[in-house]
Parts: sequence; structure tokens; C-alpha cells
Amino acid sequence: MTLLSNMSSTEQSAVGLDSLRVSVRKVLSTSFELAVDFAVSSGIHILFGPSGAGKTTLLDCIAGISTPNSGRVSVLGHVLFDSAARIAVPVTKRRIGYVFQDLALFPHFSVEANVAYGLGALSIAERNARVDRLLEAMGIATLRRRRPEELSGGERQRVALARALVIEPSMLLLDEPLAGLDLPVRMKIADDLRSWIRDTQIPVLYVTHSRDEVFMLGNSLLVLEQGRVIAQGTPHAVLSAPRSETVAQLAGFENILDAVVTSIHEERGTMTCRVRRVPERKMYQDAGWRGIDLETPLIRAAPGDKLRIGISAGDILLSTAAPVGLSARNVLAGRLTSLAQRDTTIVAVVDCGVEVAAHLTLSARDSLVLTPGSPVWVIVKTHSCHLFQSGN
Amino acid sequence: MDWQAFWLTIRLATVVTCILVVIGFPLAYWIAFSSWRWRFLVEAVVALPIVLPPTVLGFYLLVALGQRSPIGRWWQAVTGHALAFTFEGLVIGSVLYSLPFAVQPLASSLSAIDRRLLDASASLGASRLRTFFRVLVPLSLSGLITGISLTFAHTMGEFGVVLMVGGNIPGITRTLSINIYDQVQDLNYSAANTTALVLVAIAFVLLSVVYSLNRRFWSLWPRT
Repeated sequence: MTLLSNMSSTEQSAVGLDSLRVSVRKVLSTSFELAVDFAVSSGIHILFGPSGAGKTTLLDCIAGISTPNSGRVSVLGHVLFDSAARIAVPVTKRRIGYVFQDLALFPHFSVEANVAYGLGALSIAERNARVDRLLEAMGIATLRRRRPEELSGGERQRVALARALVIEPSMLLLDEPLAGLDLPVRMKIADDLRSWIRDTQIPVLYVTHSRDEVFMLGNSLLVLEQGRVIAQGTPHAVLSAPRSETVAQLAGFENILDAVVTSIHEERGTMTCRVRRVPERKMYQDAGWRGIDLETPLIRAAPGDKLRIGISAGDILLSTAAPVGLSARNVLAGRLTSLAQRDTTIVAVVDCGVEVAAHLTLSARDSLVLTPGSPVWVIVKTHSCHLFQSGN
Repeated sequence: MDWQAFWLTIRLATVVTCILVVIGFPLAYWIAFSSWRWRFLVEAVVALPIVLPPTVLGFYLLVALGQRSPIGRWWQAVTGHALAFTFEGLVIGSVLYSLPFAVQPLASSLSAIDRRLLDASASLGASRLRTFFRVLVPLSLSGLITGISLTFAHTMGEFGVVLMVGGNIPGITRTLSINIYDQVQDLNYSAANTTALVLVAIAFVLLSVVYSLNRRFWSLWPRT
């Protein structure tokens, strides 16, 4: 009998919040070890972190591909690994659906055979029925006879998902399954995935570097850095509440400003922060430094508290004339320092006492007629200012 | 044309090729996937027959298979006759001599297989045996066929080891290459030419198979 069919739905709800419990230590080299201890419920949990943080190693330890030096792993109440009790369920018996970073589709099999690979123990009729259902659910039924090399990136990702889901896994490990796809394709696959997981109620660990995917998919977020879980919570709580600067950079805030709280406006739900001058930071070394005040959302803080403000470059507006009649509270005058093109995004750097990076579209650049040195106004909405605990 | 020598040679090459597929696959697998730090020493030992004069290999084999060695005495005790100058002795010599020609193409194509495919197979519940037959064998097929072809061709054409270990006994150890040597010694050049042409034709066909399978230049070692 399979692991999944052994577990009734009542057992699943009984384990509730702790559908997946992981507490492992894995030494990879003298300078790097993975040491994590966390528990998550069913549903999608985003695993977020810079490359080299140990994300893939963690997934490998859960899947049973790597053996931790010590610790314990349990899924839906079943112990898969326990070094103290000398339990190590082999990878072949764990029934964990794993979509690898490079997908690892079998190049010599058709789409159909790839998806059917994990169903060797079933009768042909049942195998075909299950494969058909998954091909249909993933929208790849018409591609069944094709080889992986004849598929587009998005189609390959769908096949990998179907192959992992068809075994009715007790949990899913997804290692950047949608990386390198266009946003519309990503959103479509994410939708299919989300509805599948809602129906099955299994825990899912989902590795991504993309902030879009964090908000699109995750009901919870784990941040891994240097082999440690440094933050866990809802995406909004982890990325918006005062937390470490690492989280801020991971979250994709191109602008991180050191600031100090100057006044609290309880009645407006905002506060004013003055951007600080930090001597060891090169960008503040300009002798003609002028202080900058930013109106930010109100958090639990007192005047004089030091914190950092993260602003996504995509949330910043630029104007070539002094704006009037705006709802945005923060308008900073400055001069354009540089313009650079990255793919279809223009990165504009503006010196308004501190350097601020803003992202523009190509058409916005063309209609604004921006040249380095020209005066511009930087516009930041209060709620585009994300506050983080200051490191110093 | 000495048909006895011809069929003996074919029989020898077939037996040696079968043995080398069986022992070459695990060895190639180990070379391709082991992370043992001294692995290169094993690779060097496997490659030795490529560079050593066949007489050196033949000499040590003769010593190892002879009456004074434990192997030779054990064989004598079990079968009742000596190992040197028999077909079995010839098979042992040829297996060692052709070992790199079976192992290297196989190790080369095995090490080109993405390890993540093996992880994927295991995570989908496949046993090692199923992974072997469903993933490793199909994906290393060109290496396997190359190894079989080269082993067969190389065994058919060997001379030095055969002469040292097997001598020149008609129907037992006289292969085509020895036959050619005899014919030249007898100044029977037209017979030697016929036999030599047969060997050239067989080698050409086998190498054509190898190169048609491997569009890229066939390299001797996996990681160069």
C-alpha cells in the first residue's frame, strides 16, 4: 500500500499545523552546514533565500536523496528520518513529489511515459486513467506523444509537475519550478498548481527567487540564509514588518535607506523619518548632504529609533516638472545621475541627497526625454516605504 | 582461408565481448559515479593495456596462470589441466587486454548522464534495478554499442597476448592474426593477404558502426 492511501483525511487534519516537521543538521563542508528546525501546515510554503543558502540541500534531505548528519523529518505524522531512532525511510519509499530545479525529465521517454514512470506498480488501466487525469489537469494532454526536447519551457515545467503529482505524493518539493517563464505563463501554471493543492491538502515547499511568486502562491514564507531559517511567517508579515536587512534585499527592495524616526502622526497613521547620513556608506559621503524626510506607514516605534526604509524601484515615479495635486506624500527634488537599460526595464538613478534607483518602461523613457544631469522629482507613496529593523 | 582459425577467432571475440559487457558495466558505472579520491588510480590501471606492449601483459599473464602461481595451481586442481596454452587462458588474456575498450566508452556515456535523472527515478519510487534498466541502459546505449564493437574488433585483431599466453595450437589457440603470421613465415603471401583482408573488412564494418553512432569524435577517455 502506498504511504498516502494509508492516511485517512482525519489523520491529516489531526496533524494540523505540523503537516511537515523538519529538524535537521547536514554538514556540507567545513565552512557550511544546514541547520534548520521548522514545522509547517498543509498548503504552499515559500522557501526563499539567496543562492547557496542551502535550499536545494534542504529539499534533498526531506526527499531522502541526501542523508542529514542528525535530526528528524516527519510528514503528516509519519517519521521519514530520525537519527536518534535510527530511522531512514529510503527515497524510493517516501512518496514525495519532487520537481527538480532543472526538471530532470527523462529525455528518452515521451511526455506520457515520463508522467507514468512513478506508477510502475499499478495495473495498466489504472495507470492510464491516472496519467490521463493529470495530463488533462496540467493542460498537456495534446502533447502526450512528444519528447521533452520537443516542448517549450512552460510545457516541460507542466510535465515535471504532472510527473510529481501523479504518484499522489504525501508532500511536494518544488525547486524553482516556474523559473525562466513569462509572467502570464507562470501565473497560469501557478493557478493550476494552487487549485490542485487546495484539493489534496498536502504540504508543499516551494523554492523561488521571485517576489511575484511569493505573493501569488504563498500563504507562508520561510527565509533561508547561510543554512538557517532566519524568518518565518506570512509573506506580508515577513516582508513588511521590521525585520533584517537581508530579508529586505531578498524581497527585492533596490533602495534601502538608513533613517531615524523624527515624529509620529498617530491620527494619520503615518510617521516621518529622516534619512540618516551613515559615514561608512559611500553614497552618503557627499559633502553637500541635505537631510531628507520621508512619510512612512506607522509602526510601533518612538522618535529617535533607527530603522531602514526599503523602497522597490518599481514603486517610484519620476517627474520632469515639480508635481502638484498629488496624493503621494513624498516628493524629492533631485538630478538624474544615470540611465541604464536592463532587458526591457530602464534603471534611472537619481541623486536627491541620496541615490535612489527607479525603474521605468521604455516608452516612459522616450516620452519623458530624460538626460543625465536634468532635474527630476522622485515621488514615493507612503505605503511604498517598507520599514525594516536597522542592522546597527 | 583457415576456417578453423576464423571460427575460433569469432568464438573468442564473442565470449570475451559477453564477459566484458557483464564486468565492464559495473566497472564503468563505478568509474563514472564514484567520488572516491583515488579513483584515478583505478582508471589508470584499466587503461594500462592501451599503452603496454602486449608482450608485457602476456608475460605477466603467463606467470600468473602458470603452474607456480596460486591461480594456476587452483585451476589445475579444479579442471585437471593447466591454464596457459588453452582457450580459457586465451579468454582471460583477451578480457584483460580489451578491458579499456569496453569500459571507456561505457564510462564516458554513463558520466554524461545527468545525476538528477537518477534522483528523479528514485523519488518516483523506482528501485535501483528499475533505474538501471529504464534510465541508465537506454541513456548509455551508444556507449554500450561502441564498447561492444570495439571490444569485438580489438579481440579479433590481437596478436601479442595470444602468442604469449596461447601459443599456436590449431583449433585451440591459433587465431586469425597468428594464422597470418604463420602464412607469412611460410612465404604464402596470397593466403596471408586473404586472411588480412577479412580482418580489415570486419574491423572497418565495426568501426563504421561506432562512428555512425558517435557523431562527435570518439574520445578514449570520459573526461578529457
